[in-house]
Amino acid sequence: MLRIPCPWCGPRDEPEFRWGGEVPVLRPGPPEAVCAAAWAEYLFMRENPKGWVRERWVHACGCRQWFVVIRNTVTHEIRATAPLGEPLPEIGP
Amino acid sequence: MRFSALALARSALSFHDNWPQLWRSPEPKRRYDVLVIGGGGHGLATAYYLAKEHGIGNVAVIEKGWLGGGNTGRNTTVVRSNYFYPESARLYELSLRLYEELSGELGFNIMLSQRGILTLAHSSHQLEMLARWLNAMQLNGIDGELLDPPAVRRWLPLLNDSAAARYPLKGAVLQRRGGVARHDAVAWGYARAADGLGVDIVQNCEVVGFLRAGDRIVGVDTTRGRILGDKVALAVAGHSSVLCAKAGFRLPVTSYALQAFVTEPVKPVLACVAVSMATGTYVSQSDKGELVVGGGLDLYPSYAQRGNLPTLQEVVAGLLELFPAFGRLRMLRQWAGVVDVVHDSSPIIDHAPVQGMYLNCGWGTGGFKAIPAGGLVFAHLIATDRPHPAAEAFTLRRFATGALIDEGAAAGISH
Repeated sequence: MLRIPCPWCGPRDEPEFRWGGEVPVLRPGPPEAVCAAAWAEYLFMRENPKGWVRERWVHACGCRQWFVVIRNTVTHEIRATAPLGEPLPEIGP
Repeated sequence: MRFSALALARSALSFHDNWPQLWRSPEPKRRYDVLVIGGGGHGLATAYYLAKEHGIGNVAVIEKGWLGGGNTGRNTTVVRSNYFYPESARLYELSLRLYEELSGELGFNIMLSQRGILTLAHSSHQLEMLARWLNAMQLNGIDGELLDPPAVRRWLPLLNDSAAARYPLKGAVLQRRGGVARHDAVAWGYARAADGLGVDIVQNCEVVGFLRAGDRIVGVDTTRGRILGDKVALAVAGHSSVLCAKAGFRLPVTSYALQAFVTEPVKPVLACVAVSMATGTYVSQSDKGELVVGGGLDLYPSYAQRGNLPTLQEVVAGLLELFPAFGRLRMLRQWAGVVDVVHDSSPIIDHAPVQGMYLNCGWGTGGFKAIPAGGLVFAHLIATDRPHPAAEAFTLRRFATGALIDEGAAAGISH
């Protein structure tokens, strides 16, 4: 069971949250100038790292805010969270 | 070493102290024609079919840990071919047919038990979806039949189908040829047969990087030194992204933990594999009498082979709604495998974007049932540089062309 520190509500249990994918994933554009391979990169290709990752979560059963989490995919340790809209936090060493 | 009554009798004379190793543990050579990375079912089957079907015996299987210790040892041993799309049906039916002959082919009892797999519907909508799925199966030439509730009751006498049940019974689709097989025996049987054809199986040897000559991958750096290979073939499931990052490209793969659990052993109570469309829980009873239980993925990416409690609770809750009597049993063991999930739940068997490298990944939650076909078609691709006819659709470029094979049946449940 994860305890995820929501930037607004404080630490809450994992079932209140939904995972929303790794960040940053930047939408290419303008659409008419984007080739199929670039769309595939945007839609499907992921880093999927073993270790620290920056990802988006939503507090679905709480304040319903999206935010960024720095999490380790091996130990599941959470190092930091930050509201959306702020500069992405660095993962660190 | 082949097993036989004679070998058993001979070994009994020395109190079974002199059984030989089933395969050698050689020091890796300097160079191989093909390096297969990953000593799970798919990697071992690939090496076996390379040697047997294509005469390429100068092959090494390189395994980070021990043989069959990853997802091959962490699944729920279900085999079936009840898929929706023709491309999937062809591939998984090939796999099931190979499984049906595999004990004889390898001379190793894989304990295939085609006891039938029942997918249960709990609402009229689910029943309609099941009927549609069954129609597709039959058009694909796969055996299957629709059962009404009285027929399901004969298969599953312990199922809670009372009027007050949280998940009332509306019917089920049965694939009689589905069932279970012994997962370790599949790995060991392929390993022994491949070893007998000259394949080197190198365990405790982790790939830490790739060797390049220009644009081409020409070997691997490992914890046991450099090994050259004309062709490098990846069959590493949940760690595909990690190795491909070392080779300089990304995959459409996300790695999740998939959990399973077994209860304490009891007398026979469950004659088939049962899957619920409502809860995603599935259960079968092992030959030892343990109930083997599985369900959906954990809810976020993970490389931890242990799984998390909320998913375990949800799966067990789903099981107990269907079979309240199982609430008396205690869980013995719980584990998780790291599975390579792609967006359309279909595998990738293709050339990598770098020369000299080949990919077998994306099986997600359903790799075990695909081991024989996965090995056969991957060996064909490596040996001939052309896709096997049964695997032409499972390319990497389908994610750019849009020709996805969106196989909801891959998980055996409705999404």
